[in-house]
Amino acid sequence: MPVTTIGGKEVHVDDEGFMTNYDEWDEELAKQLAKNIGIDELTEEHWRVIKFLREDFKETGETPTLRRVSTVGGFPTKELFKLFPKKPAKKMSYIAGLPKPHGCV
Amino acid sequence: MTTTEKAPEQATAVVPDFGEDESERKIAFVASKGTLDMAYPALVMANAALGEGIETHIFFTFWGMDIINKKTMGDLKFTPIANPATHMPAALTPLPGVTAMATHQMRKQLEELDVPDVPEFLQLIADAGGHLWACKMSVDMMKLTDDDLFDEVEGIISATDFIELIDGAQTMFI
Repeated sequence: MPVTTIGGKEVHVDDEGFMTNYDEWDEELAKQLAKNIGIDELTEEHWRVIKFLREDFKETGETPTLRRVSTVGGFPTKELFKLFPKKPAKKMSYIAGLPKPHGCV
Repeated sequence: MTTTEKAPEQATAVVPDFGEDESERKIAFVASKGTLDMAYPALVMANAALGEGIETHIFFTFWGMDIINKKTMGDLKFTPIANPATHMPAALTPLPGVTAMATHQMRKQLEELDVPDVPEFLQLIADAGGHLWACKMSVDMMKLTDDDLFDEVEGIISATDFIELIDGAQTMFI
């Protein structure tokens, strides 16, 4: 399991770079992760989505799929594509320090 | 003796490849069947492609028109007739009520997996930026108009229009 340094902190990541240890994540790290993938500023809306992902993962043990973020979290799909362009499911889980979602829908 | 504080080694961070270089990728589906079990493959894969940031088109043609026809889209059926994969005795499959039962069962299974029904799924695809097209010849054959079709359908286009549109796309016929 590779260890990498992000924002001066050592974190465990998988081969693709998604964090693998839930507790190594903090908000400062999230800002750096966002920058890594071209999201320079996390707005209030970004944070609401990220916090939902963190909470939901804690409850279910799985990263929510895009559909779950929209139906359970209440964030419209269109909005998610605006906040995390092109690949919202992967991008939001990366910033939230979670594995990428595995569900098909 | 002085110790120089070593700056934390800035190992190159492993950053996932979000494939911005793939932004040219394009996928198209031709949805030609109107049964419940044949509607989902196109919808599931189109949705997955959109989630990967890929430009996605679905062309609905022939029986696939049922998927975007407002009158039928919410009521697609699955039948075990002539489908050995259901492992039902073939002689029983045409009996009254079997198709209704099989459809009900499949809907239940999809619901348990939190898979949206067809109209909601199409809306999801449209919201994610997917392009839905109706086949002109099928629309004419079935004497339909724009008003009969799901609102998010972008247009009624000819086969030639579609072929032009999907220049360079990976295309799947379902």
